[in-house]
Amino acid sequence: MTETVMVDSARAVDWWAVVKEAAITAAIGLALTVIMVGLRTVESGGGLIIETHLTEVAWFVVLVFVGRAGMALLRQGVAVPVLVVSLAVAVGCWFVHFPSSVLQLLAFTAGAVLAIRALVLARIHRSPLSAQERDQRMDRLGARFQDAARYLGPALLAFAAVLPLLPFADRYIIDIGTLALTYVMLGWGLNIVVGLAGLLDLGYVAFYAVGAYSYALLGSYFGWSFWVCLPLAGIMASCFGLLLGFPVLRLRGDYFAIVTLGFGEMIRIILLNWYNFTGGPNGLTGIPRPSFFGIAVFERSPPDGVLAFNDLFGIPFSTLQRVDFLYYLILVLALIVNFFTLRIRRLPLGRAWEALREDDIACTALGINRTNIKLAAFAIAAMFGGFAGSFFATRQGFISPESFSFMESAVILAIVVLGGMGSQLGVVIAAVLWVGLTEFFRDLAQYRMLAFGLGMVLIMVWRPRGLLAHRDPTLLLHPRLTARQRQREAENRA
Amino acid sequence: MAYFLQQLINGLTLGAIYGLIALGYTMVYGIIGMINFAHGEIYMVGAFVSLISFLVLGAAGITWVPLMLAIVLVISMVFTSIYGWTIERLAYRPLRGSVRLAPLISAIGVSIFLQNYVQLVQGARIKPLPPVIRGGFTLMGDGDNFVVQLSYLQIIIMLLTVGLMVAFTMVITRTDLGRAQRACEQDKTMAALLGVNVDRTISMTFVMGAALAAVAGVMVTMYYGVVDFYIGFLAGVKAFTAAVLGGIGSLPGAMLGGILIGLIESFWSAYFTIEYKDVAAFAILVMVLIFRPTGLLGRPEIEKV
Repeated sequence: MTETVMVDSARAVDWWAVVKEAAITAAIGLALTVIMVGLRTVESGGGLIIETHLTEVAWFVVLVFVGRAGMALLRQGVAVPVLVVSLAVAVGCWFVHFPSSVLQLLAFTAGAVLAIRALVLARIHRSPLSAQERDQRMDRLGARFQDAARYLGPALLAFAAVLPLLPFADRYIIDIGTLALTYVMLGWGLNIVVGLAGLLDLGYVAFYAVGAYSYALLGSYFGWSFWVCLPLAGIMASCFGLLLGFPVLRLRGDYFAIVTLGFGEMIRIILLNWYNFTGGPNGLTGIPRPSFFGIAVFERSPPDGVLAFNDLFGIPFSTLQRVDFLYYLILVLALIVNFFTLRIRRLPLGRAWEALREDDIACTALGINRTNIKLAAFAIAAMFGGFAGSFFATRQGFISPESFSFMESAVILAIVVLGGMGSQLGVVIAAVLWVGLTEFFRDLAQYRMLAFGLGMVLIMVWRPRGLLAHRDPTLLLHPRLTARQRQREAENRA
Repeated sequence: MAYFLQQLINGLTLGAIYGLIALGYTMVYGIIGMINFAHGEIYMVGAFVSLISFLVLGAAGITWVPLMLAIVLVISMVFTSIYGWTIERLAYRPLRGSVRLAPLISAIGVSIFLQNYVQLVQGARIKPLPPVIRGGFTLMGDGDNFVVQLSYLQIIIMLLTVGLMVAFTMVITRTDLGRAQRACEQDKTMAALLGVNVDRTISMTFVMGAALAAVAGVMVTMYYGVVDFYIGFLAGVKAFTAAVLGGIGSLPGAMLGGILIGLIESFWSAYFTIEYKDVAAFAILVMVLIFRPTGLLGRPEIEKV
């Protein structure tokens, strides 16, 4: 792929090779879909019958053939015809009747991607960028982004702070904002384990669940207020972190990942089956709402002797007050996590984490106690997960084991990893993208996880370190230089 | 006693199925040191392919059981292997030599994708299949109307597993492909220098693993008579546990681990609570990793900088 291919060179196009390659790919496409897509099982009168959808398979195979042929032609330096055909496909697919909308989308995407690649080929007179060049470009983008973070971060923060006051912010917008901030907080919490300490935790949702259930149970059995339970939930989750972490932290990376996954599932199964205590699959309802720091409650007519929030400030009652309060609550909680992370990176503990991430054997040789350091990361991240969990419980007023499935862990992990491991702003962007896209494509909700899985693979293949990864040493020789300048220096050295 | 024997038989059957899936994990781990998180989903795809083939054969009027079974096995193995091959080619090969965690995350993505793909095209409902092979032996009864059943299906599952194990061991120890696989497992660079096509060998490993998972899928479809898009996740985690228990990278270990997990699960459900049988599997995984990280038959791993 790195060789330079001249366009319009005298080299003849090897049509036979192109057709052969495309035919092989199409045959594989056929084999993949003919049974799973072409023959569908449908219930009919107690039994199953087969329904054939062979036209979809045929369309798919044709698309694969054309697409692969286009790619092969591009590799041989044929740009303009491919550009024309792929543009025609990308436009034409909106006027042809496809048997399913997925196929239409596929045709459009394939056409568009091929057209862009053909355009690049025609313009720069060579084959697409090599993986290394692409990576370097993305690194530069990451560096530029990091420089921009100095302004972007406060700007985003200011926006987040004034969002509920803006005229267009109705209840829906604030709810979405709260959800996005919950993911940001979880992402930042998990970032301590994954981004700083370099441990892949597939069961982070377990701590989220522990926090949520701690608050729900303490709140409903003992009637303790949210402000008492919040630290307790954090401590509880952190104890679970210690409990799990102590035995498994000696394990290597992938083993560790699977054990955390198992732990997450164990918690979920226990919550599901311990009917008397956790309510089983029905979950817990009537979880108390948070008060205004124990001073006032968000109700129109509070019980005797309790102050209402609107009376406290002498303003008219509005149901939005509680929503806004929850929004600011999660904003503050998330910022605490962020502040903590930024600060601890400069402490010996944080430095040890980052050293551990880079090379844990060397760390051991330097006298760092691996297990203790990892345990600290694990317990702290668990604590933040617990905070987020109890916030979730009080916001929803209802929790059930369904909210704490493996998929939730996968989403949080994806937010951390795809945003660029260790990058705080990357987490924010990934979380906002995830929540925003989910809301935006609400009609296509059934394709959501499909696209999510595909996106995870594509981003990993395209850029294994995450979209905006820019690994910056915390300790700098020339702290005045910007990330971009450092990136350039690193490139010059290489 | 009779109850115990019955659980033993059930556990061995279940264990054979887990063992076949575990082989795929252990082979892939042995050769490229990566946990193929999507392997459980491959098994699920295999189960669906076999369900569909059974239905198609039934509709076509082929009902002679041995022929039906043979056709279904071949179809499932072929089509599921193509899934295995494609996944390796598209999602794992570009990541070879990349950041250590990248293939695992990519595998999680594949797993989520496959689950939702099957849910979308085949529906989210549980798919029932009428029993294909009925009947069995009654081994012994005890006084209170409890009889030990050994069904023909269970015998077929165990025989098939043993047969596949033998065939598989032959492939690994006697053929060129097996030699190439063992060479790649030891040192990929050196193997490449000596003329082994490393990429092809790794692809073949995935194909073999997927074929075995497909057989497990066929078995489970017949054994339980129900399939749904979510079966891959738990089966995958349990089979992984089996692979770890036996010592990941060791082929006899995977089979042994599978049988142990099957037995533990079956006895746990019989004598303790059925609700927590999955917790038992995870608890074993944690225990093994703590007390004997190399597994029962595994070699200790040397960490290098």
